[in-house]
Amino acid sequence: MTTATLSAPAWTDKKRYLWLLGIVVMGLPLYGYGLYLWTGLSLFFWTTPVIVYTLIPLFDRLIGEDESNPPDGVMAALAQEKYYRYVVYAAIPAQYLSFIGGTYLAVRGDLVWYQWLGLLVSVGMTSGLAINVGHELGHQTSKLERWLAKIALAPVMYGHFYVEHNRGHHVRVATPEDPATSRFGESFYEFLPRCVYGSIKSAWEIEKQRLEKQGKSVWSIENDNLQAWAITVALFAAMTAWLGWWALPFMIVQGAYGGSLLEVVNYLEHYGLRRQKKADGSYERCQPHHSWNSNHTATNIFLYHLQRHSDHHANPTRSFQTLRNFEGVPRLPNGYAGMIVVAYIPWLWFRVMDPKVVQHFGGDMSKANIKPSIRDRILAKYGSATA
Amino acid sequence: MKKWRCLVCDFVYDEAKGVPEEGIAPGTRWEDVPDSWTCPDCGAAKSDFVMEEID
Repeated sequence: MTTATLSAPAWTDKKRYLWLLGIVVMGLPLYGYGLYLWTGLSLFFWTTPVIVYTLIPLFDRLIGEDESNPPDGVMAALAQEKYYRYVVYAAIPAQYLSFIGGTYLAVRGDLVWYQWLGLLVSVGMTSGLAINVGHELGHQTSKLERWLAKIALAPVMYGHFYVEHNRGHHVRVATPEDPATSRFGESFYEFLPRCVYGSIKSAWEIEKQRLEKQGKSVWSIENDNLQAWAITVALFAAMTAWLGWWALPFMIVQGAYGGSLLEVVNYLEHYGLRRQKKADGSYERCQPHHSWNSNHTATNIFLYHLQRHSDHHANPTRSFQTLRNFEGVPRLPNGYAGMIVVAYIPWLWFRVMDPKVVQHFGGDMSKANIKPSIRDRILAKYGSATA
Repeated sequence: MKKWRCLVCDFVYDEAKGVPEEGIAPGTRWEDVPDSWTCPDCGAAKSDFVMEEID
């Protein structure tokens, strides 16, 4: 009691232990199977999608938003604390347990088709969520974390994300040149193939240029795309050797679905937003108003604050626990988990989001990133203000 | 004159060239670039740059 002073109580991170839930969600397909064994209800094979598509958006609605930021004085210490790194690392073994266990069950579990399908979606979902883990690690600069990022991306066959996200997306974000920035009027189903193809192509070009500068071939083992994809090939080959050929379609389809989950999140992160060109033809820097944000607590916990997206793009190496809410940035009406469900239904998405984009630009849609085929029509409709 | 590379996105800061459009004149040594300056391409902090041994 002798140390009592009048100073404010030390700040504590309210989310500190909640970040452990990021590990817990990686095991969802297996808990679902456990619940099935216990109750005999096949419904439990679908536990993972039910939680992600309905319970988390519901919690976002009920729990609401947390706009608080850690005080500036603790940021440096908070960023250094190893605990937060280990929480992210620990999600990877959990992810692999679900992937390996799930694939085993799919082949050897003697499942009926709706059980098998539920398991496929569940495992794909954890693989997709693992891209977020790979994302967090891929932005760090230590060798260990960069390797862990590639390992987290292997079950979802998304190794190129390691290259394209940092050196492609972060450079071209909120421009028409970025495959991972969705355009006003572009539905998720138009965006998905454009983004997948564009991202792989870009990742390949980026590594080709880097290696050529060093006088090496793009087929060099130093190509980060090839390294990351090789982990997928080795993993899938080992699983197939162990479980037989039926493991392969399961792994490929869960991976494709997992990848689509990343892309639907990409779809809503920058929808319609665009950096303006400066007089010299280059783009203005990426600023907080070039990303869609959300402070909804439930989704922020299981996506490691990914929804504080403006701060992430302004400061890409900032660790998740220190990402801040900014005032006056574009805000989504629900968390990313709820908004991906909206994105699956284009007419609903346009109805919810298009007015928000128009409002964001104060009606001057000439500043928006619009799907080229409808650009003239949109500009005619809203006028291009100064034009 | 040295070159510094952004660890996040590979942007290269060339001391000889500077970044005139951001007020950093050609010939500005890395240590004279303000600590608040960030990568023009991706926003990474000055501390996220490494020196590059090139020509």
